Amino acid sequence: MSQFAINLLFVGGSFLIYIGIAIWAKAGSTSDFYVAGGGVHPVTNGMAIGADWMSAASFISMAGLIAAGGYANSTFLMGWTGGYVLLAMLLAPYLRKFGKFTVPEFIGDRYYSSNARLVAVICLIVASVTYVIGQMAGAGVAFSRFLEVEATNGLIIAAIVVFIYAVLGGMKGITYTQVAQYCVLIVAYTIPAVFISLQLTGNPIPGLGMFSTHTESGLPLLTKLNQVITDLGFNQYTADVDNKLNMVLFTLSLMIGTAGLPHVIIRFFTVPKVSDARWSGGWALVFIALLYLTAPAVASMARLNLMTTIYPEGTQAQPIEYDQRPGWIATWEETGLITYEDKNSDGRIQLYNDKNADFAATASERGWAGNEMVVNNDILVLANPEIANLPGWVIGLIAAGGLAAALSTAAGLLLAISSAVSHDLIKGRLNPNISDKGELLAARISMAVAIVVATWLGANPPGFAAQVVALAFGIAGASLFPALMMGIFSKRVNNIGAISGMLSGLTFTLVYIFTYKGWLFIPGTNTLADSPENWILGISPLSIGAVGAIVNFAVAFAVSKVTAEPPIEIQELVESVRYPRGAGTAHDH
Amino acid sequence: MSGHSYDAENYWKANLRLIFGSLIIWALVSYGAAILLRPMLAGIEVGGTDLGFWFAQQGSIITFIILIFFYAWRMNKIDEKFGVHEE
Repeated sequence: MSQFAINLLFVGGSFLIYIGIAIWAKAGSTSDFYVAGGGVHPVTNGMAIGADWMSAASFISMAGLIAAGGYANSTFLMGWTGGYVLLAMLLAPYLRKFGKFTVPEFIGDRYYSSNARLVAVICLIVASVTYVIGQMAGAGVAFSRFLEVEATNGLIIAAIVVFIYAVLGGMKGITYTQVAQYCVLIVAYTIPAVFISLQLTGNPIPGLGMFSTHTESGLPLLTKLNQVITDLGFNQYTADVDNKLNMVLFTLSLMIGTAGLPHVIIRFFTVPKVSDARWSGGWALVFIALLYLTAPAVASMARLNLMTTIYPEGTQAQPIEYDQRPGWIATWEETGLITYEDKNSDGRIQLYNDKNADFAATASERGWAGNEMVVNNDILVLANPEIANLPGWVIGLIAAGGLAAALSTAAGLLLAISSAVSHDLIKGRLNPNISDKGELLAARISMAVAIVVATWLGANPPGFAAQVVALAFGIAGASLFPALMMGIFSKRVNNIGAISGMLSGLTFTLVYIFTYKGWLFIPGTNTLADSPENWILGISPLSIGAVGAIVNFAVAFAVSKVTAEPPIEIQELVESVRYPRGAGTAHDH
Repeated sequence: MSGHSYDAENYWKANLRLIFGSLIIWALVSYGAAILLRPMLAGIEVGGTDLGFWFAQQGSIITFIILIFFYAWRMNKIDEKFGVHEE
């Protein structure tokens, strides 16, 4: 069977499963559509959260980022998992007790203000839409690479599949497809990692293999890796970072952003009890950690494998001849994600760090005229099975896994968007008397519109697509997270305080990001060049969400202090979300 | 739950104490061991590198999982002790 047929079999098979689940889990009421009827088991929910959370970025890009940055990019690992500690202790159980359908609904009720609810809706939609573009674009790339269809056509196929199970089943359909998608993506991610860890270290658990002995050289794997890459002028893989303040703030921004992202929070509304919401957080992190503990091992091992492929006789000997290169390099060259240029015309591949001034002398001594091969970080996970010479079915599995990661996150985001539109805008503002049937129809229509918009944006990604992750996390961390947390932990913060806090946190964060990244991300309109010398106190625009959150907290408390206390029934509402007793399933007003 | 009773207040204080303690550990493993204190822990070797690197790429995540399960278990006990658990 050809590789194409194998890929088609895996991807097509997984899609049939998702559609089967959708038909089985059709939503009959708004409660089904928004919170899956509120009857999801905490372990099942944990798995669904895992798929909801782990996006194309986690599956495809993260290991590549760590491979390139080494220790410095550990921020992604800690940031995208540490947020679950905040969620499980500071938000999820109380929001579950509150027992409504959406995040803006809590903000609107707690701050007794439809304007606060509207601000929350806008933050939610901007954060979720920017995030969903990346998922759709990621699905398009996976399709074009593995199924040899045009990226746009691939995107449309993906959109139709999401359409079927998200519009039909709502949260109920999404929950159970996410469980299936989690299984597909975690198997796809770990199988190649286990094989590679066995090949390199003899240890079947990648997270342990990474810290054990490299069989071939007898050295610890990371020592060997440091040695190989420093021989070629690169920074040590485990090198420490100078700008610790920025590293701390970036990690913190990712953590509070994770905790404030609505598509994750609403998944906690689907479990029957407050105690289940707490357990769910733990299970979610277990399932997420299976991938996140494996990713750094994939990163270091793939980097070492890549280097030994190019320098089979060691870094002091000649690199491989271009004509002798393995098949996977040729395959990826076709996609443009690996490029080669024979600068010194010796027919060999010199891969080294030509930006290191200290290494320049060594390089010219060896007759090297610059780095000749550029490998895009994103191919690392996708090419992993080929780099390690694994059988064809593993490649088919990776294709299905990458698509599962992208589609499950897209569906979760689309549900957050459509419920904000149908429940918070249509029912909450425009037509409060709408019937349950009418609202369910409105939810399905908003879901359909959201899918069309996301597909269009995925096919025509705006130039700033790469920057938007910072934006989504900045918005969620600087506006939503503090408003939710203060709503639970303070009885004193009032409507005016919360709205001024959200707006000032948001404005502060946006202004800082736009100053360096361009106003509204339009290239060339940035006020200052985006380089470390220009950053205030060395804080990168990606790390500013944490400072924005502090601004939000400070403004909200200060303004609340000089304005009237919240009414007594609001203080009672805060009191009631703090005690688990009496939590029914999530319900409507 | 009537709200302002003495027990309710103690229940909430017990929750805050537990959260506070957990978040100290949360910060110590990630911002502490993995980032700010890494140079101090550089002498402790773990598989070809140092303890700080291990915390940054493995240890902090494992600690986060333990923290959440510990919190869920303790809180469910505290719920019962104060009689605010769900029926």
